[in-house]
Amino acid sequence: MSGFPTLLHKELIRFWRVWFQTIVAPIITAMLYLLIFSHALAHRVSVYPGVDYISFLVPGLVMMSLLQNAFANSSSSLIQSKITGNIVFVLLPPISWFEFYAAYLIGSIFRGAMVGLGVWLGTWLFVPPHLQHPVWSLLFALLGGGLLGTLGIVAGIWSEKFDQLAAFQNFIIMPLTFLSGVFYSIHSLPTFWLNISRFNPVFYLIDGFRYGFFGISDVAPLTSLLVAGGCFVALSALCLLLLQRGYKLRH
Amino acid sequence: MTALSIKGISKRFGQLHALNQVSLEVEQGEFFALLGPNGAGKTTLISILAGLTRADSGEARIMGHCVQRDYRQARRMLGVVPQELAFDPFLTVRETLVFQSGYFGLHRNTRWIDAIIDGLGLQDKADSNMRALSGGMKRRVLVAQALVHKPPVIILDEPTAGVDVELRQSLWQFIRTLNHDGHTIILTTHYLEEAETLCQRIAMLKSGQIVALDKTANLLHSGGELYFDVSVERDDLPPALANQAKPIGERRYSFKLNRPAEMEPVLAALREAHIDVADASLRHPDLEDVFVQIMERA
Repeated sequence: MSGFPTLLHKELIRFWRVWFQTIVAPIITAMLYLLIFSHALAHRVSVYPGVDYISFLVPGLVMMSLLQNAFANSSSSLIQSKITGNIVFVLLPPISWFEFYAAYLIGSIFRGAMVGLGVWLGTWLFVPPHLQHPVWSLLFALLGGGLLGTLGIVAGIWSEKFDQLAAFQNFIIMPLTFLSGVFYSIHSLPTFWLNISRFNPVFYLIDGFRYGFFGISDVAPLTSLLVAGGCFVALSALCLLLLQRGYKLRH
Repeated sequence: MTALSIKGISKRFGQLHALNQVSLEVEQGEFFALLGPNGAGKTTLISILAGLTRADSGEARIMGHCVQRDYRQARRMLGVVPQELAFDPFLTVRETLVFQSGYFGLHRNTRWIDAIIDGLGLQDKADSNMRALSGGMKRRVLVAQALVHKPPVIILDEPTAGVDVELRQSLWQFIRTLNHDGHTIILTTHYLEEAETLCQRIAMLKSGQIVALDKTANLLHSGGELYFDVSVERDDLPPALANQAKPIGERRYSFKLNRPAEMEPVLAALREAHIDVADASLRHPDLEDVFVQIMERA
């Protein structure tokens, strides 16, 4: 029998035991964003024809919360284990590097999805639920959780201190998620920033996810799927290579 | 089949040659000690066996399984008690053991987990969170975690560091039982009397190289010297004696002799200096004496 189910179970209960901090708090944060931005901008901004600003904001906030929490799950789990030294308990058993990756990845997707779902349910208080293409949304949600969960594993492996992980979070994850069209359509940006945004994989995740809600998007959903999928495959390959070589885990 | 086979293992960390062509074998059922001063390479060697560090060259096998190529089988055969006191703050003692068992693919292991909880005196703490445990109790859990998959080979890296006498005794009693049941035990410790009492064979490492490898009895009788330990009433030994004497306590000195007759000149010199002898004993060298000699020679 493999150690994979147990490692996955441990990853799930790790965040579930502190559910208020890992699930409820990010949902409340997203609700605050919705409240503030919708009140401040609802009557001034029109993004898509026939879609009011609050409705436009919902998929962006759901996806942003999902992505940030997927990243936080794997990265914080790894850095805590490394710093407290208990990473040794999962390095000593016969768990393969692929099983290791899969357990942390699924744990991240799960937490991201729980937070994303919670945010979406919370938005029902403001906007009636509406999903035009649920399969597209689900696909992008899973892909987004996978991409940022993998990035969290890479960051957790690379970081040796909480400071380094915080830098990763503040200077990479936050700009990627905030400058991705959560609060606006990239077509409203000046050409320079519009072109920059096209290099941000998170933009494609949010745009594709939003297509599932309204059937409208800045980029064709298939293009977004290919770009985000390509990034996921490339980052997963890097992550698996690091794990196989034991980079910063097995000296 | 040997329990442990190490052939030509070398490992560098930058300029530091942590291990240099280390080779040794440990037979099944042995109680074996790996001794050496800090920085000798003991923990690096253990880390290589456990798959936590990769050797630059050479090969290590556990119960015939290469720790690199056949790592899954090798790790199933090995239980390691790490030196550092690490624990998962989210879990209780029992959960810690259930999870550790699960990592080895053993999902229904309650009976054995109960047995090691009892054997290590953890019954009262089984449902306590790891954070609430004392250092000694956490050390017991580390031992329990290493045993949870019933490995035939068990490595204990300084298991009694910072542990009180009572725990140390109960721990050794449990480990001895495991050894009697056929488990191979490999121990590193700075408490040399533990190694002397428990281990049948000893390897000594210095600067990444094996400088001694023999049965404990052979090592103890290797030099043929005797030690004459003397307690005196005054500290001002005459210069001729002070040069030979090794202080071993307050107004207590040890003289290295080649034969018992050499006691008399020591006693005569003390008499001549009007220094009374409060206590005196002649003894064979213990492991600490042998260890110091070997490390000085190497």
